[in-house]
Amino acid sequence: MLSLLFSPFIEFAFMRRALAGAYVLSLGAAPIGVFLMLRRMSLVGDAMAHAILPGAAIGYLLAGLSLGFMTAGGLAAGMIVALLAGLVTRFTVMREDAALASFYLISLALGVVLISIKGSNIDLLHVLFGTVLSLDNPTLILLAATTSISLLVLAVIFRPLVLESVDPIFMTTQGKSGATAHLTFLALVVINLVAGFHALGTLLAVGLMMLPAFAARFWAHSLGGMIASATLIGFIASTIGILASYHLNTPTGPTIILAAGLIYIASILIGAQNGLLMRLNKRSAP
Amino acid sequence: MTTTEGGTIRLSGLAVGYRRVPVLQELTGDFVSGSLTALIGPNGAGKSTLLMTLAGLLPPIEGSVITPSKDRGHIAYLPQYAAIDRDFPITVFDLVAAGLFQSIGSFRAPDVVAKQQIQKALETVGLTPNAQMLIGHLSGGQLQRALFARLIVQDAPTILMDEPFTAIDTATVDILLDLILGWHKQGRTIIASLHDLDLVQRYFPQTVRIGKTSTDWGPTQNLQAHTHRAGPKNHLGDGM
Repeated sequence: MLSLLFSPFIEFAFMRRALAGAYVLSLGAAPIGVFLMLRRMSLVGDAMAHAILPGAAIGYLLAGLSLGFMTAGGLAAGMIVALLAGLVTRFTVMREDAALASFYLISLALGVVLISIKGSNIDLLHVLFGTVLSLDNPTLILLAATTSISLLVLAVIFRPLVLESVDPIFMTTQGKSGATAHLTFLALVVINLVAGFHALGTLLAVGLMMLPAFAARFWAHSLGGMIASATLIGFIASTIGILASYHLNTPTGPTIILAAGLIYIASILIGAQNGLLMRLNKRSAP
Repeated sequence: MTTTEGGTIRLSGLAVGYRRVPVLQELTGDFVSGSLTALIGPNGAGKSTLLMTLAGLLPPIEGSVITPSKDRGHIAYLPQYAAIDRDFPITVFDLVAAGLFQSIGSFRAPDVVAKQQIQKALETVGLTPNAQMLIGHLSGGQLQRALFARLIVQDAPTILMDEPFTAIDTATVDILLDLILGWHKQGRTIIASLHDLDLVQRYFPQTVRIGKTSTDWGPTQNLQAHTHRAGPKNHLGDGM
C-alpha cells in the first residue's frame, strides 16, 4: 500500500520533478489566491490566466516551445491586459467584470488561432493544459525564482495591501502606497500565472491559485491562517493529483486541479470554519 | 499652492464633482480653525463629494481649497461606513493601528508607545475586550467605534467625517458625540455631514446647509431664521 504512494517518486525522476514543481507553484500562488478571493477579484485571476495565452503563442510562433520566448510573451500579454482592463473600467461605462470577460474570450480565441497557425494539436494541448510531467531544470529554476520573488515582494507590500483591501478610501488619504501595493499585487498575479502556465497550462494555472484559497476559507478565520491552509491544501492537492494521474493514467495537470476541487467540495462539507456539518452540529447541539 | 495661517480651510469659487461633472458649485467660505461644523442637505446634494474634495481625494473641478498644511497627517477623513470591507479578516487592533500608518509606514512594527496609544484609543471607545476580534464579528456601532479609535490614533488637527452616526445605536452615538465635543475643546477643526437636525442644533455651533440652488453658511442658530444665498465671502466664526 505504502509503495503505491512512494515508489512512483523513487522510481521516476520526472515524478519527483513534477512534485517539486507543483509544490513550488503552490507556495507562490496560494497567498496570491487568498488575496484575490478576499478582494473579490477571483475572476481577475481567471481573465489574466487566459490573457497570457496569446503572448505565449507569439513566443511560440517565433521560437517554438521555448521557455524564454513563451515566458516573455506571456508576461508581456498579462501585464498589457491588466493595464487595459484597468483603463477600460476607468474610462468607459463597462463594468470591470464585463471588461475582463471580454478580454479573456478574445485572448483565448486569439491564442488558439495563433498556435494553430504553426503548431500541431499536441503543441496546443501542451500550452492549454501544461506539461507537468516534463519539467526540465531551467523550467524548475524559473518556477522557484518566480515563487521566491513573489513571496519577497508580497512581504514588502503586505501591510498597505491589507489596509487597501479593508478600507481603500482610507489608504488613499495616506498617500500612494495603497495604489502602489494594488498595482504590484496585479503584477504578482501575472508572474505567478506565467510560472503556473509552464506546468499546468494557461487554462488550469489559475486553478492551483484559487481552489486552495477557496477551500482555506473553511479551515481558518485569520489571514495568516488562510494563507497557511491554502498553501498546505495546494501541497496536498498536488501530491494526490500527481499520484492519482500516475495510477489511473489520467492527464496530470487536470488531475491536480480536480484533486484541489475535491478538497474544496469536502471543505464546504466538513470544514472547521462554517462547514455545513459544523453548522448542522451547532444547530442541533442546544 | 499656498497654505492658510492659523489652520483655516478656505474655499474660493470651489466646484466639486466626479470626472469634471460638477455636483456642487460656487462654494466660497472659510472653515475657521477650531470650528465645529455640520454639513447638512438632502441625499445626493454633494456632501460626500465636498468632504472627499476637502480630504484631497478628489481634485476640485473649479476654484480652490486652501488647507493649513499639505502634510498628509494634517487631515483625518472618516469615510462613509459602507466603504469598509467587513469580510476582510483583520483584527480590531490592526484596524485601529492603521491610524499610525503615517508614522510607522509599511514595515516597522508599532513600538511600545504606539501600542499604548492604540490600547488607550480602544479603551476610550470601549472596545478593549474586542481588540483581538475580527472586524466582521463587530456590530455596526462597534465598528464605527473602532473607526473613531483609528481617528484618535491619527491625532490630526483637522477631522472630516462622512455620516458618522448613520446606522448605529444611540449608546454609541453618545460615546462618539462626546469624543467629537472633546476634539472641539482641544481646538481641532471638525466638519461632519449629518442627517439628524436635532443633533446639529444641539451640538454643532456652525452649519453649512447645501440646498438645490444655494448653500447657506453660518452659525447654526441663525440658519433657521433667515437663510441667504452664498455671497462672495462668508466667514464662519469660530463658534463657542
